[in-house]
Amino acid sequence: MSEPVKLLGSFGSPFTHRAEAALRLKGVAYEFIQEDLGNKSELLLRHNPVHKKVPLLLHGDRAVAESLVIVEYVDEAFDGPPLLPSDPLARAAARFWAQFAVDRCSRTLFKALWTPDGEARRGLVAETKENLALMEARLDGRRFFGGDQVGYLDVAASGLAWLPVLEELAGVERSMMGEEEFPALCRWRGEYTSHEAVKACLPSRDQIVAFYAGMKERLVLHARSMQK
Amino acid sequence: MLSCSPTSTHHPHSTSSQHSHPQTQTDRHPSNAPTMASEKSSSDLTLLDFWVSPFGQRVRIALAEKSLPYEYVEEDLLAGKSERLLQSNPVHKKIPVLLHGGKPVNESLIIVQYLDEAFPDTPSLLPSDPYARAQARFWADYVDKKVYDCGSRLWKLKGEPQAQARAEMLEILKTLETELGDKEFFGGEHGFGFVDAAFAPFTPWFMSYEKYGEFKVAEVAPKIAAWAERVGKRESVAKSLYSPDKVYDFIGVLKKMYGIE
Repeated sequence: MSEPVKLLGSFGSPFTHRAEAALRLKGVAYEFIQEDLGNKSELLLRHNPVHKKVPLLLHGDRAVAESLVIVEYVDEAFDGPPLLPSDPLARAAARFWAQFAVDRCSRTLFKALWTPDGEARRGLVAETKENLALMEARLDGRRFFGGDQVGYLDVAASGLAWLPVLEELAGVERSMMGEEEFPALCRWRGEYTSHEAVKACLPSRDQIVAFYAGMKERLVLHARSMQK
Repeated sequence: MLSCSPTSTHHPHSTSSQHSHPQTQTDRHPSNAPTMASEKSSSDLTLLDFWVSPFGQRVRIALAEKSLPYEYVEEDLLAGKSERLLQSNPVHKKIPVLLHGGKPVNESLIIVQYLDEAFPDTPSLLPSDPYARAQARFWADYVDKKVYDCGSRLWKLKGEPQAQARAEMLEILKTLETELGDKEFFGGEHGFGFVDAAFAPFTPWFMSYEKYGEFKVAEVAPKIAAWAERVGKRESVAKSLYSPDKVYDFIGVLKKMYGIE
């Protein structure tokens, strides 16, 4: 399709990255439009009135919202190496673990990071580690969750790549995803972040820091308000 | 409101061999087993489910839409979780679980998509166009994220938090109303589709939401109310859902369990 592709996003956000990584992996040419989340554009509000969030993909006049919905759309609408496997059971497993990675790893980890020290935080850290252990097991000696190639689940789990910087920002001394406990995940993180297509849209440490700068209070409040 | 009462049909093969373990109150919630023959299904499908679960019902609806025979297994969740359930879904320990040739598929919307993909010669719930599919996934995700959770807060909470849940529920219904518009089904040109299957199981819960929230769906979202009636008459839906009264009673049971007045 030769219609223009635009991605409205916030560079530094792991949600935006999922969408961008999908576009890069499929070799789709796109224009990145940086959204000021404190002052959302008319374009964003018009095309994502329900959630008013980034990332938002505009393909011609077709608007697609929600990061994983965007990833599947990009996989289906454009040619290029498939992000999801072809076998139905494997596809179901990829979707299941993607949901797990997003809801039980990234989300829990986020809450753990921004919850002040104490019993609640210790519980969240323990929960995060339990869930990371399941992801560790999923890798099962493979380079990527998708096998030899980066796939749907790798993109969904990409938020884990942010962890070192975020832990630095949050003042965490011992990483939740340490190399001793999670050797496969740490190796995967290295592989993912050095992948050519992914690298091109992965924010640098400074960019991530800039994205989260000045947000700490808001993040703490947000973590507190998040439901289980 | 809906008058589906599938409890009036007692399937002949609701025998104990069909269930994973003996039930205590089989007559109160008989298994809503499929229409197909009682021997082990030729498509080698088994569904671990719980009678009133809207999530399980999505799968029942999909299986019925596709005329796929399967073995229905009622998990008596109020009594505890069976070994088979725990083994099939060790991560979440939840129903529904679809076993296909013994291999588990978990999460209701993932199961429905799986059925589309594993049985491509059956009527599909997702459309074929990528953009239409993206829309369907978006709205099914919206229903998934919002409806059950907000509804639960409506009947669990009191005072200000309940008022908040009520406001949210009205917002959700109005948003879905806008999306449905004048379409017969959420699936639009495709007909009864993914989003319809995702949302239909919540229609018997409307009565309870109305009672606890003190509003009328027909007033707040008339098109949704009309859709609920239409969809309730569809065979796959009618035979998968329980009546609003049964749902209301079930909520009463849950409230007692949680010690809520």
